[in-house]
Amino acid sequence: MQNAQAAQAGLQSIPALLARNAERFGNRPAYREKEFGIWQSWTWAEAADEIRALALGFLVLGLNRGDHVAIIGRNRPAHYWSMVAAQMCGAVPVPLYQDAVADEMAYVLGHCGARFVVCGDQEQVDKVLEVGDRAPSVQHLVYTDKRGMRKYDHSRMNALAHLQAEGRAAEQRLGDELDARIAALGYDDTCVMLYTSGTTGKPKGVVLSNRNIIETGKNTAGFDHLTAAEEVLAYLPMAWVGDFIFSIGQAYWAGFTVNCPEGAHTMMTDLREIGPTYFFAPPRVFEGQLTSVMIRMEDAGRVKRWLFRHYMDLARRIGPALLDGQPVNMLDRLRYGLGSLLVYGPLKNTLGYSRIRVGYTAGEAIGPEIFDFYRSLGINLKQLYGQTEASVFITQQPDGQVRSDTVGVPSPGVELRIAENGEVFYRSPGTFVEYFNNPDSTASTKDAEGWVATGDAGFFEQETGHLRIIDRAKDVGRMADGRMFAPKYVENRLKFYPNILEAVVFGAGRDMCTAFINIDLTAVGNWAERNNIAYASYQELAGHPQVYATIKQHVEAVNESVAADPMLSGCQISRFLVLHKELDPDDGEMTRTRKVRRNIIAEKYADLIEALYDGRDAVSTRTEVTYEDGRKGEIRATLTIQDARTFQSQTMQKVAAE
Amino acid sequence: MTQATITPDGRQAGPVLMDLRNITLRFGGVTAIKDISFDIREGEIRAIIGPNGAGKSSMLNVISGFYVPQEGEIWFKGYRRGPMKPYEVARLGIARTFQNIALFDGMSVLDNIMTGRLNLMKARIWSQALWWGGAEREEIENREQVEKIIDFLEIQNIRKTPVGRLPYGLKKRVELARALAAEPRILLLDEPMAGMNVEEKEDMCRFILDVNDEFGTTIALIEHDMGVVMDLSDRVVVMDYGRKIGDGTPDEVRSNPEVISAYLGVEHA
Repeated sequence: MQNAQAAQAGLQSIPALLARNAERFGNRPAYREKEFGIWQSWTWAEAADEIRALALGFLVLGLNRGDHVAIIGRNRPAHYWSMVAAQMCGAVPVPLYQDAVADEMAYVLGHCGARFVVCGDQEQVDKVLEVGDRAPSVQHLVYTDKRGMRKYDHSRMNALAHLQAEGRAAEQRLGDELDARIAALGYDDTCVMLYTSGTTGKPKGVVLSNRNIIETGKNTAGFDHLTAAEEVLAYLPMAWVGDFIFSIGQAYWAGFTVNCPEGAHTMMTDLREIGPTYFFAPPRVFEGQLTSVMIRMEDAGRVKRWLFRHYMDLARRIGPALLDGQPVNMLDRLRYGLGSLLVYGPLKNTLGYSRIRVGYTAGEAIGPEIFDFYRSLGINLKQLYGQTEASVFITQQPDGQVRSDTVGVPSPGVELRIAENGEVFYRSPGTFVEYFNNPDSTASTKDAEGWVATGDAGFFEQETGHLRIIDRAKDVGRMADGRMFAPKYVENRLKFYPNILEAVVFGAGRDMCTAFINIDLTAVGNWAERNNIAYASYQELAGHPQVYATIKQHVEAVNESVAADPMLSGCQISRFLVLHKELDPDDGEMTRTRKVRRNIIAEKYADLIEALYDGRDAVSTRTEVTYEDGRKGEIRATLTIQDARTFQSQTMQKVAAE
Repeated sequence: MTQATITPDGRQAGPVLMDLRNITLRFGGVTAIKDISFDIREGEIRAIIGPNGAGKSSMLNVISGFYVPQEGEIWFKGYRRGPMKPYEVARLGIARTFQNIALFDGMSVLDNIMTGRLNLMKARIWSQALWWGGAEREEIENREQVEKIIDFLEIQNIRKTPVGRLPYGLKKRVELARALAAEPRILLLDEPMAGMNVEEKEDMCRFILDVNDEFGTTIALIEHDMGVVMDLSDRVVVMDYGRKIGDGTPDEVRSNPEVISAYLGVEHA
């Protein structure tokens, strides 16, 4: 019914939505970007003009229907425009991760057969040129930032602004052709292709149709009552499906403003200046902010520290209840009001959350303390669960029903079922069309009725109907003695400690569990500074005996809490080591969205795992590292291995007591 | 001599911008520079290298007008330059950075860079104090230029940070920004990479090359790190004990026996 309405209105593509917005919200800002210290802005009408000029420029270059246009760069209006301009020409935009090294790019460019590549700057151009013959389809490059590009051979490249100028000049010649192509865009034509980084194997190109994106944008904008007045900050990788949904799908449907920061390193300042009303961030952003607040409070004067502690205690007690609209007595309300004036208001302002109406976090589990901290300040932070193949949304938490350990109820239009082995399946209007040129994978992921396997094991809570995710289905295994092994469950608990950035737990098929730990340089570095511990490098700090002692305490505390759950008590960590380097996507140890690649790590650090299990106290190792520019190097280290205390599971204790 | 020539790596080198002829500089009984002549061409990167105490910094100070040599002539843009005050030199279009960072620690990065444009501002003191009329317009224009430099050197995130709180490598970059803000014809860099780690050095190299490429600024630099010098510069002057012992492209200099002995300490037979 709603589909029919959208179809009737002719809103079957992103370019169609753009035309509607240019007409309806013509003078409202569509894009802002901070450049040269000032927020530059473009209204919907201006954006439509820029995008049209770019699309005409693509036609001048000879872009055909069905071609692929790769876009590699940071979040900038020009890059979003490139995607929509490509769609106008009937081509398919393919945003890539800008921090990918040339080898990774070669695969993706070759796989989708991109003829045109829009590069953000010289760095990206260099990478594409380096790929060279490995992606023979690439014919022409377009770059946004002209810096350093003057001396390049321009027979096969253009500045984006020049391309727009060419396009404007060709309006009379190619305008009709462009209008015809825009008019021909259908609801089931491809809107975008996004490569999933994949925790295993080569990336796969997920084809999403206009229907997927627009239906999802419409349903979820309705769910959270998003309007044209929202402000979002576009800072997450453009190649990630979430950014496409938030900054294009929902933004074009609701007509709100997308703000692009000056650069990745100014993100926090820009966040504060914009004060978004709708915000998405992975847990690590919230963790990072909380850590920095706590570090700065330790430096504050005694009065301020007391105020902060006093009012944060109050907020923790009644803040979430206030946010959920539950009854709170009058006196507490008054005290909370005073706290807002003295602490919460200024704090939210510092964080950039003064105006936030809806905030989401997803991708990883978020620590309950972190979650509650933001909720208690009155920030409506919620969780959602999704994946690229679903155009993000599978489940999300409705206002007033927010908890840190669930991922919410099915999003509008999504059907869910749990298979017998516990794996979660979904079917929705956002469900992807196919994996590009990969019918086998498509068939093994999506069945004939449109049900898609998420690969995650989970269950519905009886009383609330909310979904809870336990772990990746294929990671859940058995230990040698048959006890259940769910590594993510333990890793998440470890990662809730600010000192621990990443953890990888091993134990499938073994008689005990062991772990690699990555320390968080910000938190541990600050602690070292406070305690006059000198260190010259990450490696040295990671190997420091006092750091080991602290991590050991954390591991044992986690063991104790894991022991409380009889089903998972086998997952307690008996031995651990602190890794000498940070796990890094450039080394293939994590995905670009920073999810741990378990198999690759197990393979790469096989010597360390062996040492964890054969009882040695120390192990020396060599590790190959990849620098940002793709060069390789090697670091050597001798790592200490420590034992951690494990606890009897409660049920076993009972048996013993009887 | 004034015609454009092509350097071996194919780059176009312009006409001579500055010509130093038979410069001798003495401090009391010590002769820091002995009868040195060389030129700097428009648009090139010219390095001055040499072991400690060779007189490199003195040479740079002669170019910048801080020291007045006892003997010799300095020709700039085709005119002979007499003794000058440093601000007069600055107005001619020569800007520099210092070996020991000389920034205003208590001021923000932005304000520090703005000071580089002082010579380009014309508003009177009263108009500036009241920030009215011409002064306001002028500040906006100058801020625009400064923002372009901030963008160019990728220091947007520290725009408002007091310089005193920055790490060393970034301070060096701010100093470069301030020198660039003066829109110089010649940029003098006194050991731009001193005390930097590899990554900071690589960044700085890229910025120096980009400045030269993008703004066409002529650059004269002193540097200890031989690798850096050989990669960056179009031509190199080598000094030892106040004398010039080599002059030419990096390759020529590298194979010059006198240079090798000065650097590697080959025994004099």
